Amino acid sequence: MENIQYILPEIFISISIMLFLLIGVFKKNSANLIYNLSNISLVVLLALIINLSSLDTIYLFNNSYLIDNLSNYMKIILVGSGIFVMLTGSKYIQVINLNKIEYPILILSSILGMMIMISSNDLIVFYMGLELQSLALYVLASFNRDNLLSTESGLKYFVLSALSSGLLLYGCSLTYGFSESTNFDQILINSTEFNYGTTFGIVFILVGLAFKISAVPFHMWAPDVYQGSPTSVTLFFAILPKIAALSVFIKFLYTPFANMIDQWQTIIVFISIASMIFGAVAAIGQKNLKRLIAYSSISHMGYALAGLATVSNQGIQSSITYISIYLVMNLAFFSCLFMLKRKDKYYENIDDLSGLSKKHPILSFSLLIVLFSLAGIPPLAGFFAKFYVFLAVIEQSMYFLAIVGLLATVVAAFYYLRIIKIIYFDPEKEKYETSHNLGLKITLTISTIFILAYFIYPSGITEIVSKITMI
Amino acid sequence: MNFPILSSLILLPTIGALFILFTKSTSEKYQSSKYVALFISLANFLLSLYLWYVFDKNSVDFQFVENREWLSGFINYKVGIDGISILFVILTTFITPICIISVNATIKNRLKDFLIAILIMETFMIGVFCSLDLVVFYLFFEAGLIPMFLIIGIWGGERRVYSAFKFFLYTLLGSVLMLVAIISIYWITGTTDVEKLYELGIKAEYQNLLWLAFFSSFAVKTPMWPVHTWLPDAHVEAPTVGSVLLAAILLKMAGYGFIRFSLGLFPIASENFTMLVYVLSLIAIIYTSLVALMQEDMKKLIAYSSVAHMGFVTLGIFTMTQQGIEGSIFQMISHGLVSAALFLSVGVVYERHHTRLINKYGGLVSIMPRYAIVFMVFTLGALGLPGTTGFIGEFLILMGAFEKNILVAMIASLGVILGAAYMLWLFKRVVFGEMNNQDLKSMKDLKTFEIITLSALVIPILFFGFYPEPLMNSIESSVENTLNMYNFDLINNLASKD
Repeated sequence: MENIQYILPEIFISISIMLFLLIGVFKKNSANLIYNLSNISLVVLLALIINLSSLDTIYLFNNSYLIDNLSNYMKIILVGSGIFVMLTGSKYIQVINLNKIEYPILILSSILGMMIMISSNDLIVFYMGLELQSLALYVLASFNRDNLLSTESGLKYFVLSALSSGLLLYGCSLTYGFSESTNFDQILINSTEFNYGTTFGIVFILVGLAFKISAVPFHMWAPDVYQGSPTSVTLFFAILPKIAALSVFIKFLYTPFANMIDQWQTIIVFISIASMIFGAVAAIGQKNLKRLIAYSSISHMGYALAGLATVSNQGIQSSITYISIYLVMNLAFFSCLFMLKRKDKYYENIDDLSGLSKKHPILSFSLLIVLFSLAGIPPLAGFFAKFYVFLAVIEQSMYFLAIVGLLATVVAAFYYLRIIKIIYFDPEKEKYETSHNLGLKITLTISTIFILAYFIYPSGITEIVSKITMI
Repeated sequence: MNFPILSSLILLPTIGALFILFTKSTSEKYQSSKYVALFISLANFLLSLYLWYVFDKNSVDFQFVENREWLSGFINYKVGIDGISILFVILTTFITPICIISVNATIKNRLKDFLIAILIMETFMIGVFCSLDLVVFYLFFEAGLIPMFLIIGIWGGERRVYSAFKFFLYTLLGSVLMLVAIISIYWITGTTDVEKLYELGIKAEYQNLLWLAFFSSFAVKTPMWPVHTWLPDAHVEAPTVGSVLLAAILLKMAGYGFIRFSLGLFPIASENFTMLVYVLSLIAIIYTSLVALMQEDMKKLIAYSSVAHMGFVTLGIFTMTQQGIEGSIFQMISHGLVSAALFLSVGVVYERHHTRLINKYGGLVSIMPRYAIVFMVFTLGALGLPGTTGFIGEFLILMGAFEKNILVAMIASLGVILGAAYMLWLFKRVVFGEMNNQDLKSMKDLKTFEIITLSALVIPILFFGFYPEPLMNSIESSVENTLNMYNFDLINNLASKD
């Protein structure tokens, strides 16, 4: 028990969750209180993780739990974006009457599950974390229970996610059966020779993970769930599970399955190419902004996976950089979405943006920056994200992947341009409300400035990320 | 030389744009923002003239080089200029204030946003000509798409959305392949620093593919036949000032890129693909000249003539002769001035009569004599009459071409005749002839600011037409150096094959 201080963040968040539940039960009308307390506890959690991040690699509990540079960085961006997600959504959930005590508690539990996923070094611990986050997410997706789309999305997510969890579990059991261990390091040692059992295990596990990260061909749930869920939950869906899943992807590919690169590399390349192309093409016809951003995030995950397919530290680091910039862009985009409010109603269709630039110049300018950045046009942050990935991809002479990826960005540029066209070139509509809560404004300002000014000092993130080495 | 003069040149317009962004203009017309923009751009022009003054024209090295760490360790922010790039920098800083002066004639709404877009655009354009690192170059090259997209899309004509999208997607599609090539160069040689790459050289086996990737980007931007179709659309729909920027400076980025990167980095591939460039250039010259003859829209005619003129430029560059390359650079500067002037002239009559159709005009000489004179100078400049800058450029290019390939040169000479045909015919139909349209009678002659802008363009066109020495001095040693390196690489490669 002498190592207990290393999992202080996890312990802290678990105790907070239980405490908030108790407060919620015994104190009436405590929804606001718990929301604010949850936010504070996330800040404390972030401080605790940063405090631990100076340490070296630490194995805990019979090597089943691992704290290293990768897990620390991923947890920091996870909790950091969690704070911003809570900040931006606070007004939204009040307006649409979702301000219940369960909401922040479910978010915290989901974050706890993701932290366990990120740090897991054992199939069983990993699965436990995965299920904890998934269960919380099922409820969150259908949280607006009087809304038809929301309940539908919750059910859809539940059914498909349960299926993928089943596949994942089957893959885990196959891997365990043929490599005689559930520990990642042990699996690596035991799987030096090729055998079909472990290969099938890899395939099933990758399918399950691809589902969580919404990569093609396991993306079907994403558009419906994104559209149906309350926007604050969509924002959560768009960022946090992806960070956790990408982290697990890196861990699985480069720890237990590092000896079987030939088996999984083609799969990752295929998933990556399919996601990039499909995400770009399918988004063209969309009318709903949340649905569009679902397809956009599918293609973004394709780029993040392209970095992983390279089998190099450079590639892993580029993926991590990619997801870091991706989350900022998404935060900025959704902050803009939260601002499209008129008389307690939120607007989320592309047409609602028509002529926005005339009455809301600053909001439109932020959207312009975010959209060009999502399209990967220099000198915005999104360009550097793609640049690092392609730098890594071309280093390994994977020219096909690079060229397909870059051509997909041109297709993707089309639908981002279409939104810009609607904002800037089309006739104006009624004015939206201009008073917003402080958290939303702060998030939008910080993220827009980050995107806009990233080119001044682009080595900031790269230097931190360069400590993460897997090979 | 510690003061970062090039970076200030690049950043000054952006600072001006930020200043305009954060100042509230009380008057509806945003007069004060306009003066700020004008002041900033004039200051930048003076700064670039000072740069020319202190620039050592006999040196072949890059001057005023700044090298700062940028992407942790592997890519540096590096800028510097030689005799070629300084001319383009001055062209940019010269055209921008003219654009800003002409703004109030053409831009009716959101003037403040427009000024910001132009100033940001100036930053990117100067950046392109100064950058000495491929990644920095790509960054500026691509970033220019954003303000130009908005300029066409927000302030353009009826089909502005279509044109803006076409412009953006064509250029982006061409450029992504260049990005692949740039990253490949990084992994092949370990650097993207242009000066170092000149020294190291790139292995012959890689050159062809890399050259094609760069070519795909530059060919779209130039634009060369058959990927030129975005240009007429963009020109027609863009507001006058947008067309001026597009024709005068944006198109020159590609020509500049051919000289600096295609010739400089891939000499062997350039030699291999010379014939391809010749053929495409000749098609551009002859075919687009014929197309220009048939146009009914003035802007479209000038747009097609731009394609033809840029055909001469690419032809001249790939003759790989001193005369050809110098002629190309001269032609680019000349075309920058002349096409800017022509678009402004079209803007003058469009502003008064709200149509660009040639057959709606006629007999302007009797009611707008001053306009007729300046328009004539620009027409003669465009068709390359001796005494204007256009002549010197085309003459040198053809000289270079005759040295290398007589057939190519003869076909290209036909283009000169066609050029004279469509320009003179345009002039005849607009300025001379009967005045059939009675509405034209109410048209007023040039206003003061139009006289300022147009005469600011007449002066260099005639001055450098008679006395090209200052420009030639500036580029001579740099071109010679480029060619020396080029031939040196070629001979080395032949030697290594034997």
